[in-house]
Amino acid sequence: MNTQAAPIALAPQAPGFWRRAVRHRSFAIGGVLTLALLLAAAVSLVWTPWSPYNVNMAARLQPPSASHWFGTDAYGRDVASLLLVGARASIMVGVIAVGIGLTVGAALGLLASARRGWVEEAIMRLTDFSLAFPAILSAIMLTAVFGAGIVNAIIAIGIYNIPTFARITRASANAIWSREYVAAARACGKGPLAITLQHVLPNISALLIVQITIRFAIAILAEAALSYLGLGTQPPQPSWGRMLSEAQTMMFQAPLLSVFPGLAIALAVLGLNLMGDGLRDLLDPRLARAR
Amino acid sequence: MGLFLVKRFLTLLATLVGTSVVVFLVMEILPGNAAQVLLGPDASPQAVQALTIKLGLNQPALERYWHWASGLLVGNLGQSYAYSTPVIDLIRERLALTVPLAVLAMACTIVLALLVGVTAAARHNKMGDVGLMSLAQVGIAIPNFWFAILLILLFSVKLQWFSAGGFDGWGDGVFEGLKSLLLPALSLAVVQAAILARFTRSAVLEVMREDFVRTARAKGVSQRAVLWTHVLRNALIPVITVMGMQFSELLAGTIVVENVFYLPGLGRLIFQAIGNRDLIVVRDSVMLLAAMVVIVNFIVDILYAVIDPRVKASDI
Repeated sequence: MNTQAAPIALAPQAPGFWRRAVRHRSFAIGGVLTLALLLAAAVSLVWTPWSPYNVNMAARLQPPSASHWFGTDAYGRDVASLLLVGARASIMVGVIAVGIGLTVGAALGLLASARRGWVEEAIMRLTDFSLAFPAILSAIMLTAVFGAGIVNAIIAIGIYNIPTFARITRASANAIWSREYVAAARACGKGPLAITLQHVLPNISALLIVQITIRFAIAILAEAALSYLGLGTQPPQPSWGRMLSEAQTMMFQAPLLSVFPGLAIALAVLGLNLMGDGLRDLLDPRLARAR
Repeated sequence: MGLFLVKRFLTLLATLVGTSVVVFLVMEILPGNAAQVLLGPDASPQAVQALTIKLGLNQPALERYWHWASGLLVGNLGQSYAYSTPVIDLIRERLALTVPLAVLAMACTIVLALLVGVTAAARHNKMGDVGLMSLAQVGIAIPNFWFAILLILLFSVKLQWFSAGGFDGWGDGVFEGLKSLLLPALSLAVVQAAILARFTRSAVLEVMREDFVRTARAKGVSQRAVLWTHVLRNALIPVITVMGMQFSELLAGTIVVENVFYLPGLGRLIFQAIGNRDLIVVRDSVMLLAAMVVIVNFIVDILYAVIDPRVKASDI
């Protein structure tokens, strides 16, 4: 009987999880930054200092002040308000694109692991070759055919996430399938679907949670890049990537305009990455010791 | 090794065929009538019909795919609708910028990552290590196009050492050309270097625990010599795999960075082709970039097998 340990077999509810979590430096800093991102998006739903859609040419390119914390852009719009509302676009793209990647990818990974044989081979070769299309290439193809827009950007980033989730799910699910308790469940007459749902999925959930935070960060970066190119969020909806492309044209007159949106993206991504690193350590202490 | 090469080469061919089928399906079948997309929604039905016949879009899909795929093999990529020139000429001209840019970015990535990764590992858990790894964590979070804008702000707007963008070609000499590509290459390299530095550090730390390292030290070889020759050479095996994947990321990243610096490369050609609704150029450029990604991954796998003889045909 193969008793080799799975890459991750601990459930998120390990004892003392939250007590250890607040003491973990990466997780704590990442958690605060991620909460700030979520809070910014939530607050923008009910309040922004100014309307992010209100064009006021008389107040254009103002430096930071008490009334405009981060100044105003080339159209006189309040940069702080644009940043707050822009957080919504990042979160929306992250949630849906990672949701697509997770649902389709994890389902394919679990199927490959449960069926093995030619099904596994076919799924893995499919993921191999979808790696030939980085998110930006898929987005370009979709945009060229259907036009620029947030939906196409989300689909492209979602498709890009599928192979990663499929590979990780399959690798860790294979390790669970070789465990004794799975053999016991089989002996009790449970079928592949029941074993997958009751034993495999709960035991790989920790690994998937870590991967979700990391892929979320990558989705935010991809959305920003696509919106910067004009292939993502469309006007007048504010987005950090498009704010940067607009700011670039004003680089000589108002250099600060190019700083704030980039800082917002970097802090959001840094927060999610740190949280992912922290979660990995917290959910699998063996990895933390090895590092 | 021979069997490994044959199996890997067959996988490469299958992947390339699969990639071309996906590109063809998305760019030729999904739009319904590509002639309508090329001419725009306001085009008259007669004009659409004429272009449909001219582009051969009225022929069966399988025949069109075969015509396109066989054309790719002999370098006949068709005619650009917007530029009225052969697509192969457009792409060849643009690759003269994109390939050197990606190679320069990869060189910057490797130098930065090895320096940072090995230095951090040598100071494991000390201030230097923590500082460098924190810096790497920040590097991973920075969008490359924002870093590009920051570099322009500092070196072009403030210090005026470099131009804010553009490329005058290689006519003024290699030095001038490389100077125009240095900021774009750096902005592409920083993120990838941050990722690679973390991998290098882990790999070096792993090898440093091996017995042969202790033996080398016991024989009187200096710490520096052990680190940069014995340890690094062995640590490079996993690092090379990551490098290969990163080269693919760099190729895709050129699309964004070429637009930040207004560089006339393949990325900017694709972007302009989307604006011109020039589906033929988009299709061929996307296929070329995807093929480059697949071929780079193939080369990395082969290199991996050459460096690490433990890789067997059964591993693929």
